[in-house]
Amino acid sequence: MAEALVPAGQEEAAAEETHLRHHFATPEQQMDASTLGMWTFLITEVLFFGGMFTAYAIYRNMYPGAFASTSRYMDVVLGGTNTAVLICSSLTMALSVRAAQLSRRKDVIRFLILTMIFGTAFLVIKGFEYHSKWVEHLVPGFNFSYEPVYYQQHAQILFFLYFCMTGMHALHMIVGLGLLTYLLVQSWRGVFHSNYYSPVEMIGLYWHFVDIVWIFLFPLLYLIGHRG
Amino acid sequence: MLANIAMLADLQLFPVAASEQAGPIDSLYWFLTVVSGIMTVLIFVAIVIFAWKYQRRPGVKATQIEGSTKLELTWSILPFLIMLIFFWWGARIFFAAQNPPKNAMEVFVTGKQWMWKVQYPDGSREINALHVPVGQPVKLTMASEDVIHSFSIPAFRVRHDVVPGHYDTLWFTATKAGRYHLFCTEYCGNEHANMIGWVDAMEPREYARWASGGGGGGDLASQGQQLFQQNGCSTCHLLDAQGRCPNLRGLYNKPVDLADGRTVTADDAYIRESILDPNAKITAGFEANIMPNFKGQLSEENVIQLIAYIKSLSPTTPASQQGSRLQRPVVIAPTAKKPPAAAAQAPRQ
Amino acid sequence: MATIAPTHGTPELAENRVNYLNVEHGWKSWLFTTDHKRIAVLYLISITLMFFVGGLMAVLFRINLLEPEGIFAPETYNRLFSAHGIIMVFFFLVPSIPATLANFLIPIMVGAKDLAFPRINLLSWYIYVIGAFLTLYAVIRGGVDTGWTFYAPYSSTYSNSYVLAAAFGVFTAGFSSILTGLNFIVTVHKMRAPGMTWSRLPLFVWSNYATGLIQVLGTPVLAITLLLLAFERIAHVGIFDPNIGGDPILFQHLFWFYSHPAVYIMILPGMGVISEIVSCFSQKRIFGYNFVAFSSMAIAVLSFVVWGHHMFVTGESMYTSLAFSFLSFMVAVPSAIKVFNWTATMYKGSISFDTPMLYAFGFIGLFTIGGLTGLYLAALGTDVATHGTYFIVAHFHYVMVGGMVMAFVGGLHFWWPKITGRMYPESWAKFAALIIFIGFNLTFFPQFILGYLGMPRRYHAYPPEFQALNVLSSAGASILGVGYVIPMVYLLWSLKYGKKAGPNPYNAKGLEWTIPSPPTTFNFDVTPVVTEEAYNYGELEEIVG
Repeated sequence: MAEALVPAGQEEAAAEETHLRHHFATPEQQMDASTLGMWTFLITEVLFFGGMFTAYAIYRNMYPGAFASTSRYMDVVLGGTNTAVLICSSLTMALSVRAAQLSRRKDVIRFLILTMIFGTAFLVIKGFEYHSKWVEHLVPGFNFSYEPVYYQQHAQILFFLYFCMTGMHALHMIVGLGLLTYLLVQSWRGVFHSNYYSPVEMIGLYWHFVDIVWIFLFPLLYLIGHRG
Repeated sequence: MLANIAMLADLQLFPVAASEQAGPIDSLYWFLTVVSGIMTVLIFVAIVIFAWKYQRRPGVKATQIEGSTKLELTWSILPFLIMLIFFWWGARIFFAAQNPPKNAMEVFVTGKQWMWKVQYPDGSREINALHVPVGQPVKLTMASEDVIHSFSIPAFRVRHDVVPGHYDTLWFTATKAGRYHLFCTEYCGNEHANMIGWVDAMEPREYARWASGGGGGGDLASQGQQLFQQNGCSTCHLLDAQGRCPNLRGLYNKPVDLADGRTVTADDAYIRESILDPNAKITAGFEANIMPNFKGQLSEENVIQLIAYIKSLSPTTPASQQGSRLQRPVVIAPTAKKPPAAAAQAPRQ
Repeated sequence: MATIAPTHGTPELAENRVNYLNVEHGWKSWLFTTDHKRIAVLYLISITLMFFVGGLMAVLFRINLLEPEGIFAPETYNRLFSAHGIIMVFFFLVPSIPATLANFLIPIMVGAKDLAFPRINLLSWYIYVIGAFLTLYAVIRGGVDTGWTFYAPYSSTYSNSYVLAAAFGVFTAGFSSILTGLNFIVTVHKMRAPGMTWSRLPLFVWSNYATGLIQVLGTPVLAITLLLLAFERIAHVGIFDPNIGGDPILFQHLFWFYSHPAVYIMILPGMGVISEIVSCFSQKRIFGYNFVAFSSMAIAVLSFVVWGHHMFVTGESMYTSLAFSFLSFMVAVPSAIKVFNWTATMYKGSISFDTPMLYAFGFIGLFTIGGLTGLYLAALGTDVATHGTYFIVAHFHYVMVGGMVMAFVGGLHFWWPKITGRMYPESWAKFAALIIFIGFNLTFFPQFILGYLGMPRRYHAYPPEFQALNVLSSAGASILGVGYVIPMVYLLWSLKYGKKAGPNPYNAKGLEWTIPSPPTTFNFDVTPVVTEEAYNYGELEEIVG
């Protein structure tokens, strides 16, 4: 019955092309709505991560010594590599959006695949880091032991926040990779073109947001108080 | 039915006011009630009059009115100004209640699921009961062994949360002898409703008699001294020379320079932290990780005893806070500065 | 928008007309619908169920409080009041008006065919249901005993109950709230019909827009707080428990950063309903439209800077308390503006006493009392004496039950003909409104007195001198309970036997009254063009002052 009310003929073809949903008047309105919706969603994400950043700031202030002592367990090389990988993935994501706007289907696919490769590389490197934390008995609540012992309890809080923050971030990356897979399938089928590219742009916004979170995590967890 | 009537007979609508703090709070309470009452009546009366006068009648149409900026401003600014009075008044009471007077008698309270443990400077202890003299400011230093509790004496209109990991303080001056409820007002588990007790406010003379009947075991400071020996504190914290750990003589309430460059005051909270978590703040010139962690080894009550002992090592601390061997300071007249000799010599066992 | 004459009679052919209810049949057509009206009905059914579950808990623990020693075991009592709080706050009050009435009405009021994201709207209902099941699972397995506030370290370390399941339930339901708020914000911004400017929006839309802002900005903080709490409970790492290095005050800050604004999530939509009802049954423009609309936004903004007033006796610095006390008084000003404007709207109106208007009277009266008693708690001096006692319980029930539930039930009656196409039975409805009003006051007014006497909240037993007032309160609760069952019965009855309603049974203004009752799936056959402001009940005749 939904179809019955959509005007037939030419308009239908136009609506088909721009994937205009029945309750929007124009493709512009639909695009505006998605953009505002995405930004609003990202604001909720900022507040979600904000809770953890607040906790981090407070405990860093409460236990400066213990927190500083953990920096030697943070692998700045791996963290730095991951930062570079993510920045590259943001670039390829932006290029993919650009290609979609210009109806260059092959470029869209190419850059999406590159973005996914970077995203996966990030997660693999993160996995190595997590593994080494496990080996070094730095997973809070499961096998935590820490030298010097008198910092154990407070350092555990840092590692707890480390796993919460990077874990939540990694979860967002995994969701992002799922979304990118969806985009890849859709662009393979030639859905996106200069009149319809809002999913690419929206997921692009999300991807950039996830990168920006990392840009804050990296200095907070890896760089502050780092001594070689 | 009869039971119900009996129940209504002792129906109480307003609490007794038995402390110096209660008066101002009750005044503000009544002021708020009167202003709120007037506001409520005004609005109710307006609604009733409008509803009656402008009820729908055939052929009579509503008069369309846009609004009125003047009226809007009036009923925004006027309530705002009234609220400023509430705010100012409430803040004054609150600020006055922040700092206990210097001559306040000190009592220590530890909250624990589900009881209140009370320690007096003379070393005697009670559970779910607190005895205080009328007319004497009493300062409570409170700690919690487990979850958050809240110490409340409705008749005194005082209340403060007792948050684990902190010292919370509260003070009052009882004005009327009697027996009053003591409640925990922060939900703390199954027997929350049984974490209650009685506060006995006694005339000073009676209080002195009660205080003289206490048990042995020495005062709080000497109990602390014993703990200080038993736990081996004295091997490093030498009192007459500089040991591996800081000398505690004269430490209390003095500034301490820390290894990380900060300076803190050696108050109760600092000493408590230094006992339970010694490496949190290291005194400049000393090494970390020498003193063991006493968290889980000492109860909050033990810590209070140790702090009393450390206080007693600082001669400048006022007598009332030293937990000296003499007695709880008992003052007949609230204005008297020194405890009268008779009360001071009350024999203690 | 031509003025539509009141059509109290039965419109012809309504029986055969296609509307959103009869367009499709079968459970699939409901569970996979993206029609905002059907989703609103799904929500209405779910939150009503939760309301009665939560209400049953309240009746049970009020029975316990008939006797000073209590009747049930303390464990039982603690689980009852906790379940009552969690269910009522997170599964009834927060979604009550936004997810049902506003979900149904906002697209129609702004002249759109649907919310901006219909599938997300459906998703939010599913998320709500999952959250509700998780919480009910916790309740059935043996309950949770932390209170709705989940204060650490009790909840993270000491409680021996199903804290995790309940916390995850609330965590999940939070996302449904975020998605609803997000949908409203985008819809109000982007889906308005031609000519529907911001200054022509019905005040119900304004208040739900403000609510949406709070939902979107506050709820994620609750989500992360509960997540940290759950992790602490699982892994025993000290985030909030001071015995292992954490800070319980941090939990309170994070919790109230959401939960105080959440109080306004629970009351703002109700204020929107009252604006609509008062204006309609006075047949008059709302007095000071701009101020009422603006005050909603002011409340939304200020609600985020008052959370510290929950910690006046927790040991926060006295200057912090000073600032929060001042800001708490500030947030009272816009609420007062609304009450004055509703009252002024009745001046020189043409007032009828239909059931929704009775609920509006009830709302204004009870919300006034609830709001004014809030001042006792914002003032630092009196907060010390009333904190954690029944005074607070009475205060927020006057706002939440006396305010929001009154507005919800009133709004439900007001728009019932629009939602179902049937009128409710007027005399039964008036009778129920009276019972609810009496029962409510009898339940909660004694609690103000109990509170100042010092009776702490969450006590399963209490000193005998408090018994008389407690018995009064419990008696009121039983009346209130009956009061809520009556509308339940006659509204269900009216679905089949109620008088058929025309498009505009109350001669009200607003786009929703220009379309048939019940509306068709896409609300409007032709996109409406709005040419006049809201509440245009007649030519402006008088400007006061």
